[in-house]
Amino acid sequence: MRRAFLALAARDIRLAAGIGGGGGMAVFFFLTVVAIVPLGVGPDRPVLELLAPGMLWVGLLLASLLTLDRMFQADVEDGSFDLLSMGPLPLELVAVAKSLAHWVVTGLPLVVAAPVLGILLNLPPERMPLLVMAMLAGTPALSFIGAVGAALTVGIRRGGLLASLLVLPFYIPVLIFGVGAVEAAAGGFEGQAGMQAMLLLGAISLASFVIGPLGAAAALRANLR
Amino acid sequence: MSLTAAQRFHAYANPARFMALSDRLLTPLWAAALLTIAVGLWFALFNSPPDYQQGETVRIMYVHVPSAWLAMFGYSVMAFASAIALIFRHPLADVAAKSAAPIGAAFTFLALVTGSLWGKPMWGTWWEWDARMTSVLILLFLYLGYMALWAAIEDPVRAARAAAVLALAGAINIPVIRYSVVWWNTLHQPASVFRMDGPTIAPSMLLPLGLMAIGFTLLFLALHLVRMRAEIMRRRVRALRLARASSSEA
Repeated sequence: MRRAFLALAARDIRLAAGIGGGGGMAVFFFLTVVAIVPLGVGPDRPVLELLAPGMLWVGLLLASLLTLDRMFQADVEDGSFDLLSMGPLPLELVAVAKSLAHWVVTGLPLVVAAPVLGILLNLPPERMPLLVMAMLAGTPALSFIGAVGAALTVGIRRGGLLASLLVLPFYIPVLIFGVGAVEAAAGGFEGQAGMQAMLLLGAISLASFVIGPLGAAAALRANLR
Repeated sequence: MSLTAAQRFHAYANPARFMALSDRLLTPLWAAALLTIAVGLWFALFNSPPDYQQGETVRIMYVHVPSAWLAMFGYSVMAFASAIALIFRHPLADVAAKSAAPIGAAFTFLALVTGSLWGKPMWGTWWEWDARMTSVLILLFLYLGYMALWAAIEDPVRAARAAAVLALAGAINIPVIRYSVVWWNTLHQPASVFRMDGPTIAPSMLLPLGLMAIGFTLLFLALHLVRMRAEIMRRRVRALRLARASSSEA
């Protein structure tokens, strides 16, 4: 079972890396979203500094939504999902493997790109480690919650847009606490409030690690019986 | 003949029985709902004191608070029916869940709009991103997403299962709304009716509020039954159409 799990995760990562669609495209989208912010609100440096954590998080959420719809859809279309559903791995673990692969391919590159894009938004360098930490704690939740949306809309034509609509309300807590963790440090009362937001982010990630795959597997069974 | 609870649960899986029962229930339900709301409105608008701080604007409460309760009640009905549909495959449960969504969404919208109208004179702003308002706005998004998912999948059986999973996932939001005024120190006032130490609201205001809440709940139930009946008819029409299409082919 463990071999099947690792093989599936490795296959998804290799596929995404080989085709170059997933992660690279998401990072590029992240870059364009962040680049249009100063053009929209004006290049005033103090204003940008104020907006930076929020805009980085919003860009990150949108970018990770962009790649969601391919999580199960590609496998359902070419028939390999039928094979997976008959294999030794329960659908819940298939969903875990696919969500993990999605995080490695999309979440991690986005987190790596975030500080670089922070420079564009005049984010002070001393807040970058905190931003990266918050994003590392929060992004797994995006992949695991997103898996439910991807599974719910599998088999629907143009399901990507619907998946985004369904998933975004569930992303809001990650956004709130993600920004909170970075902002609290700026407000001067480090420690307490920032730590609390960071812990809550981790809690959301851990909870979604359990609930996400269960929901995704139920949705897959509903859609593909 | 008396039935046990379990037998009754299964007896109403038969849509014909449900249609007969709901037909008999609807008229008294409508009458009770309209009467309670009429009496409640009379108390709320004419026969209750203005608030010593808020003046006459406090009367918005008699629509705002019941709407907000019904917004959460509607989602709870939807989530509960979805759970029944997933676990017991009760054929009426997914009809109940689907029919509750637009009504709940309407009450959520009403709660947000009346809250906004109330907020302008009292807090000086139409909208404030505090925890209670944000979580109710998310509730509206959940309702809309649920309805969009139903609309996107053509096969009703498949749509019902997928939508049920979504409704259950979204149920996390209900306790967050309930406790948002406790967990976060926000602009919105904390609960003043359902409290461990009894309501902190004046009896002269509690009476119209209670009447409106009961009236709105009865209205919700009446509308829900009407929508469930319409949904069952819609499925019958669909089945008849499919049957005719396949017989004319042969």
